[in-house]
Amino acid sequence: MELIVASTVGVLTAGGVYLMLRLRTFPVILGLALLSYAVNVFIFASGRLSIDQSPILSPYGEASYTDPLPQALVLTAIVISFGMTAVLVMIGLGAFFESETDRIDIDTADDAAAPEKDTQA
Amino acid sequence: MMHWIILPVVLPAMLAPLIGFVMRHDITLARAASVAGTALLAAIAVGLVMLAADGQTHIYRLGDWPAPFGIVLVLDRLSALMVLLTSILALIALIHAIATGWDARGRHFHALFQFQLMGICGAFLTGDVFNLFVFFEVLLIASYGLMIHSGGRERMRAGLQYVVMNLAGSTLFLFALGTLYASTGTLNIADLAVRVAEIPAEEAALVRVAATLLMIVFAVKAALFPVQFWLPATYANAPAPVAALFAIMTKVGAYAILRVHTISFGPGIPGTDGLVASLLFPAAIVTIAVGAFGVLGARRLMGLIAFSVVGSMGTLLVAVAAFSPVATTAALYYMIHSTFAAACLFLVADLIVTQRNSDSLQPVPATVQNGLFAALFFAAAIAMAGMPPLSGFLGKLLVLDALRAPGEMPWAWSAILIGSLLTIVGFARAGSALFWKSTAIPVLTPEPTDEEEGAPVRQARAGALQVAPTMLALAALAGLAIFAGPVAAYLEDTSGQLFDRDGYVSAVLDPVPGEED
Repeated sequence: MELIVASTVGVLTAGGVYLMLRLRTFPVILGLALLSYAVNVFIFASGRLSIDQSPILSPYGEASYTDPLPQALVLTAIVISFGMTAVLVMIGLGAFFESETDRIDIDTADDAAAPEKDTQA
Repeated sequence: MMHWIILPVVLPAMLAPLIGFVMRHDITLARAASVAGTALLAAIAVGLVMLAADGQTHIYRLGDWPAPFGIVLVLDRLSALMVLLTSILALIALIHAIATGWDARGRHFHALFQFQLMGICGAFLTGDVFNLFVFFEVLLIASYGLMIHSGGRERMRAGLQYVVMNLAGSTLFLFALGTLYASTGTLNIADLAVRVAEIPAEEAALVRVAATLLMIVFAVKAALFPVQFWLPATYANAPAPVAALFAIMTKVGAYAILRVHTISFGPGIPGTDGLVASLLFPAAIVTIAVGAFGVLGARRLMGLIAFSVVGSMGTLLVAVAAFSPVATTAALYYMIHSTFAAACLFLVADLIVTQRNSDSLQPVPATVQNGLFAALFFAAAIAMAGMPPLSGFLGKLLVLDALRAPGEMPWAWSAILIGSLLTIVGFARAGSALFWKSTAIPVLTPEPTDEEEGAPVRQARAGALQVAPTMLALAALAGLAIFAGPVAAYLEDTSGQLFDRDGYVSAVLDPVPGEED
């Protein structure tokens, strides 16, 4: 199981980084989503992997349980990354409609032309 | 238990939705509420500074859970000082936004502004690394909205870049937290200090990885060299009052490095001793160089100021990288100074850009208040470049004086001094293009009086209220220079308290019987 979890995190991270380096809005959003999945699995695994155990101490059986804290952390992380991805999609759409290009990098040729445009909105 | 400590988080958190939902159609009401809330926040911050002045580390347990299990807010001299700095800066930026009408150019400015304050104050007060992540996200998501406030092609594109950069940073933050939790089993800063100190140096590989990852995350916020590239585009394209408020955002990164890497992975802990300092120092030196060359090469006024902010962060982090009480005192003084200097420059630049209707550093006909703007820009520029009589000079002097170790002195001194020289040259060039050469142009036009009467509406004079925030920031800088002695004494106590790791740990972790109510 360790091998599966570890390689899942690795593959998701590699895919996410590759997509982020494409520097166009849609692949970058997908890449960030993949990265956030990778980190969610990673945080989940940071409380050690265990199967069929409850996240609370049982008063009857022996003291074996799975760590509940990473599960709480991962919930927070999922909510935040989901919200952030939604914001990113909206801002990406806004930037696309304003500039009619979906490139993330800003070409420096704009600098000379910029002053006339962005002082007044 | 003192409930005052959580007020800087709760007040903006309650006010923001109120402004966003109830007052969204009435800009006057929203302005009044926002100013009142920010002024109240400043008053609370003054109270907290007075509370923290007794040298105790005050704890606020959320839900009254004891420390390693529940989340704590920690108020000591450093966090109180940072909250006060935030609230004063916010008040200045807010008055400017209202006076120049920036807040009416888009929607929900004031609600986002309050959420931003909530995130910043929370990040300064928290005593838990995961909670720090959450407050980072709060301040970031508000800053995304503020960054693209009022829209426009360049601003949207720069905003997209900023969001992507910070989302990648947040993911890295989570990786760091996962690694940290896996190797120590805790995320409370005080508890981390205890656990990390117990790990022998040869088994500390994972902790070292986590400490380095955390440093990279904070370096993204603080615009340190390999990850500084987002800052110039963001600050140069953000609305000016927002850029002025963002002057505190880079300091959040520097504060987080100071707090986490002094207490949890600090000097004297076998597993991580000297690790962060050895990475931070060269990166900060290069950051100074990047900032200085950027100032020289900038073609736009806002870009010039943004690069000078990068340079000032380099100077600040060189002092932080020493991780000694003396250097930290200097770093804190320079931090206060560079926050106000950057804000002041952005605000005066906004006034100049509005009147010239151009952001480029090309001479255009002189504006009606050329002399006033030249004086303001000159004062702000000498503050930022670090020339006497304003506080930048004293700040850099303190930093230089603190860095006397033989290994770091030649690098730090030459970087800071040459960087300052290049910054002065860059600002002088910009100032002469903006104010001096432009006075030559109207002389060619035959009747300047007619020209002035027939001038378009944008040549309207900047009123007293529009200039007031810039004056306020300059007054803060002057005050910082005049009262340098008392301020430095207070900061000395502050850094002494920061480096008293045992005091922090016992205050957070040991339950105090008298505080049960």
